[in-house]
Amino acid sequence: MVAGATTQRGERPTTIPERRRRGFLFWARDTGWRHLIGLVMLAFAAFPLLYVLSASLNPTGTLVGSNTLFRTIDFGNYVRLFQLPQQPYAAWFINTMVIGLVAAAGTVFLGALAAYAFSRMRFTGRRVGLLTLILVQMFPQLLGVVAIFLLLSGIGEVFPQIGIGTQAGLILVYLGGALGVNTYLMYGFFNTVPVSIDEAAKIDGASHARIFFTIILRLVAPILAVVGLLSFIATTSEFVIASIVLTNPQSQTLAVGLYQFVSQETSRNWTIFSAGAVLAAIPVMALFLYLQKYIIGGLTAGSVK
Amino acid sequence: MKPPRSSSSVRGILIKIALLSIIDAIAVFGLFMLFLQESWVAFGAVLAVTVIINWIYLRPGWLPAKYLAPGLLFLAVFQIFVVVYSGYIAFTNYGDGRNGSKDDAITTILLTAQSRVPDSPAFRITVLEQFGEYSFLVTDPDGGVFLGGDERPLERVTDFGTDSTGRADSLPGFTTLTFNDLLGNQRAITNIAVPLTDDPNDGALRTPDGSNAYLYLSSLTYDEATDTFIDREGRVYRDGGDGAFVNDAGRELIPGWTINVGFDNFVKAFTTENIRGPLISVTIWTFAFAILSVATTFALGLFLAIVFNKPNMRGKKAYRLIMILPYAFPGFLSGLVWLGLFNQDFGFINQVLFGGAAIPWLTDPWLAKFSVLLVNLWLGFPYMFLICTGALQSIPEELTEAATVDGAQPWAVFRLIKFPLLLVSVAPLLISSFAFNFNNFNIIYMLTGGGPRDVTAGVDAGATDILITLVYKVAFGEGTGRDYGLASAFAILIFFIVATVSIISFRQTKVLEELN
Repeated sequence: MVAGATTQRGERPTTIPERRRRGFLFWARDTGWRHLIGLVMLAFAAFPLLYVLSASLNPTGTLVGSNTLFRTIDFGNYVRLFQLPQQPYAAWFINTMVIGLVAAAGTVFLGALAAYAFSRMRFTGRRVGLLTLILVQMFPQLLGVVAIFLLLSGIGEVFPQIGIGTQAGLILVYLGGALGVNTYLMYGFFNTVPVSIDEAAKIDGASHARIFFTIILRLVAPILAVVGLLSFIATTSEFVIASIVLTNPQSQTLAVGLYQFVSQETSRNWTIFSAGAVLAAIPVMALFLYLQKYIIGGLTAGSVK
Repeated sequence: MKPPRSSSSVRGILIKIALLSIIDAIAVFGLFMLFLQESWVAFGAVLAVTVIINWIYLRPGWLPAKYLAPGLLFLAVFQIFVVVYSGYIAFTNYGDGRNGSKDDAITTILLTAQSRVPDSPAFRITVLEQFGEYSFLVTDPDGGVFLGGDERPLERVTDFGTDSTGRADSLPGFTTLTFNDLLGNQRAITNIAVPLTDDPNDGALRTPDGSNAYLYLSSLTYDEATDTFIDREGRVYRDGGDGAFVNDAGRELIPGWTINVGFDNFVKAFTTENIRGPLISVTIWTFAFAILSVATTFALGLFLAIVFNKPNMRGKKAYRLIMILPYAFPGFLSGLVWLGLFNQDFGFINQVLFGGAAIPWLTDPWLAKFSVLLVNLWLGFPYMFLICTGALQSIPEELTEAATVDGAQPWAVFRLIKFPLLLVSVAPLLISSFAFNFNNFNIIYMLTGGGPRDVTAGVDAGATDILITLVYKVAFGEGTGRDYGLASAFAILIFFIVATVSIISFRQTKVLEELN
């Protein structure tokens, strides 16, 4: 056992004879109360999630019927979810995944290109460029939502394929935010890859593009995954821009579709909505938990050292 | 020394040329379309960007530009241009019924004021389609055949085909719509108005059924010389100077057009009593919401980090895993799930936890504020817990040990040693968390929609509205008409607030100095 880990008071593995007699009281004062707080927090954190899961399995359909948790277990809501003519859930789901994946891939690619330049090359404007990237992230795109709407309407008159109402247009808008905090995260990680690797490859005759695509990108794969995932989560949860760009129910995302579904008649549609929410949350949560180590590392990189 | 070119660099050049030609092809198409539409500013911009891109990639050397250009292009169009454009819109009256040029407005007014001329002759028509656009092939009562469409006046055509009754029914290059096509696109077709001539005062042809068209005349006539509209009763509508035609009684013709209104939107926001009041309270609440959100999540997260920062505690991993679930749950769904939990009549909180009480969680102004903060605490504490745990663990154990040896109590160790150290490392994250919550649209909009609404306000503002939800509701809300100009003025206001806050906080934390 490392000495540093056992310096907390009373935590030293001791062999005092009285230990067994006073065991419980000691434990309660030392560790037990922590478990008490832990249990309260577990209830607070997990309850809404359990509630929505229980509601999704409840056949009664309404909000009031969902108040007894896990009374019945019935998968009917999951079936009905895919049979609503006005709310094409399957289409929303696919749209969300496609938009999220394409936007995430684009963000990673554009960000990696820029991070490579900032990390490996020295040029005038480099410092200013890095500062600008930090400042730009202070202005989220949704502030310019009116301008985005009018801009896409204008673009649509020349290229209807990327105008208002198209998912391609929405993805392009999201890519406008590709450089920013993401690039900054990547820049930090690129710096940890030794420059001597590039130099060795250069001496062997590799071009800059070859070094970037076949050597560097592989070495920085963990940060690419983190940025990709963060951008995927951000994109799939985005509501404002998606709600004004995607006008047709068939082309909408889960955020827009489910909001309209439940905000109109909250109580009546509750259990079907819950089923939709559970299905929508599962992929994101699974990915998040699977990669949580990297994400947490990525989130705190740059400030917590 | 230049290394010899290998076969892979030849492949690279080929890929580069292929990609560049695709971009150029798209650009040329766009330029062509813009040329036809006579949008010269956009034409110039697209041309300049295309030339720059080609120059960057064809010119040897200048490597950084090759790597930065793609991201910068998107950044320039969809972020920087968007900000500048927002600034421009804030100085216009853009909005519902004010979203085009004056010429467009005149044409639209004439078209919408049309009614069918009594006893007008029936024109036999066939509806044709080409490139997704409908046209009328018109056989007039004298046997002449013409082609026209929406905003395309009739023109005489010759190489048409006719059916047995002498009606022209086909034209090379066009598809004749079948009866089923007509039924399927009925709305689009009945909305088409084909101008008889270049002069909109001459009227237009419309069809109720796709086979006969009738002459429609506007009840208003436009006089170009005096720039006025005159209706059948002889009332005169003049250009009132604020983007619409108005008569002496103050009645406006819809639509108007976009004009530059200078600082009117800002003046309106700050001087109109029933806009200024809500705007001030929304701004105060935006700050309160952002600060309280950061404070509550940080306090709870830090507290939990301390509680669980105990080596050898059993089940620590399980606690941690479950406590970060709210953070992993998609943000937009959280608001909606809590919307159900907080429901006044049927929700779990009132029905089960409060035994059937009807507590107006989301409809009482103060309770709604509390609810929003509570839900945001639920969403945000895991993040703070994670970063505080990380920060606590990175504080060297020797410091605690040394202080303890000197006789410091645990609380003093925490307050005087650990907390200041922790604050140094998490301060930048607290600032970005503030910036995020300042514009935390989803949680507010999904949970309360900004409500409960302040009925005395001149804009659609409520007790929990923050600035960004106000912008959205003013611009795209259903309650009141869309007012893009005013919404953009509000957005500009947010820009200034965020910029000020971030400059001050960056100075404080000296994040910028760490850059090398």
